[in-house]
Amino acid sequence: MAYSEKVVDHYNNPRNVGSFPKDTPYVGTGLVGAPECGDVMKLQIKVNPATGVIEDAKFKTFGCGSAIASSSLATEWLKGKTLAEAAKIKNTDIVNELKLPPVKIHCSVLAEDAIKAALADYQAKYGAPAAAGAATT
Amino acid sequence: MAIRFPIFMDAQSTTPCDPRVVEAMLPYFTEKFGHPASRNHPFGWEAEAACDEARAKIARLIGARDPKEIIFTSGGTESINLAIKGVAEMYREKGTHIVTTAIEQRAGIDTCKRLERQGFQVTYVPVQPNGLVDVEDIRRAITDRTILISVMFANNEIGTIQDIAAIGRLAKERGIIFHTDATQAVGKIPVDVEAMGIDLLSCTAHLIYGPKGVGALYVRRKGPRVRLAPLIDGGGHERGMRSGTLPVPLCVGFGRAAEICREVMAEESARLRALRDRLQDTILSNVEETYLNGDPERRLPHNLNVSFAYVEGESILMGLNREVALSSGSACTSATLEPSYVIAALGASSELAHSSIRFSLHRFNTEEEVDFVARRTIEVVRRLREMSPLYELAKEGVDLKSIQWKAE
Repeated sequence: MAYSEKVVDHYNNPRNVGSFPKDTPYVGTGLVGAPECGDVMKLQIKVNPATGVIEDAKFKTFGCGSAIASSSLATEWLKGKTLAEAAKIKNTDIVNELKLPPVKIHCSVLAEDAIKAALADYQAKYGAPAAAGAATT
Repeated sequence: MAIRFPIFMDAQSTTPCDPRVVEAMLPYFTEKFGHPASRNHPFGWEAEAACDEARAKIARLIGARDPKEIIFTSGGTESINLAIKGVAEMYREKGTHIVTTAIEQRAGIDTCKRLERQGFQVTYVPVQPNGLVDVEDIRRAITDRTILISVMFANNEIGTIQDIAAIGRLAKERGIIFHTDATQAVGKIPVDVEAMGIDLLSCTAHLIYGPKGVGALYVRRKGPRVRLAPLIDGGGHERGMRSGTLPVPLCVGFGRAAEICREVMAEESARLRALRDRLQDTILSNVEETYLNGDPERRLPHNLNVSFAYVEGESILMGLNREVALSSGSACTSATLEPSYVIAALGASSELAHSSIRFSLHRFNTEEEVDFVARRTIEVVRRLREMSPLYELAKEGVDLKSIQWKAE
């Protein structure tokens, strides 16, 4: 299968790879997928508690090139968004941006799940800031 | 010597035609274009003689007594279909039970699945963690209704070589027809249908430096005389077992490829084994938690299959694919989106099936290529581990099995 240029670019130059140091405050972490399914994504957001704006994001992914690209793109999009805005990112946005073929749509679904899991983890730890509104589904 | 890119190290999927094979084929496209079944003029005689000579060369390569025992088909898949379905239909009165293994190539597995839907019973004998079938398990699977034992000679993914001679003896003892899918073994390691008690053997040209589009089925004529119901009806070619005009240039190419393989096998397998061992040693000694799939000894000399823990196979291939052609057992590289059932059958966790990479060497690979592939593979795996959450967790001492994974 041929990969889209954007997938190749994210695979070769992944944005925001890594993890925040364990004791960093105002971090929400999502860990989704399963090793036996061949895809695991860890996505972290670092939030400004006063504004509810995501100031930084990081990822680590076990998975195919499209899974790596989907999570790399997600971190790029998350930065600068409020928690409420972040909750609106849809897997179809990722599919369109990366031109993922049908067999790779599950990679984008997993990236959306990872965003949701990171947001939920943040909100469980620190509560929903006023600016975020009611972003629960 | 300068390396030419991309490097092909996926020789268990196909091989390039040997230039000597192409040379032998060429006249049969143009001036020697006759139909081998044309009995009444020199064009036909010439074509028939060429096909019979090719049959004789293939027969010699596999130790068959009589070139007439070689039936040409369109390839390995058709040969396997013809062998299994042909026996099933022909001997249905005698019994409806087939014994095969869990790691057969898809043509074998799917043919058996279809027969099951048509009322046959099939036992898929499991393999041991080293990828080898215990012959005693086959013995135990046999019933008085068993009409066929079908066991692959060497596996297409992990290269393990089954004890075909022992299975052949068992089949003789019980009076059961024995088919082996030898597509990966013929031309690479010694195969002898007489010494090994093989009644039906499937093979294909394109894995032995011959052309795509032609295969063969060896069908024993004596002790026992095996009969097959044809899949394709028509002019009654190939002793009535496979009608259709023979693709003469392809048959000639197959014959020439078989002849070359027989001549060079000893030297070539030793050379490829040394290259494979070099590749294996470099990778295994430089990357921790890398596991060899399949028995370390009873394996094709040109095969290496390893799982790199914590990284996914397709992502490794993607890091290499501009320079090196390999294949993976990961779900993402298969049409079915399932990870390799062969690696899974070894009892390995499916995570390791997703992480498996197959390197398969061929006649034209060089030591420089092997060194390059080893070096780049190590680099790519290390880079991907740095971005793997599983590697990070494992480094922190977390047991990955203790985590409640939220699968979709």
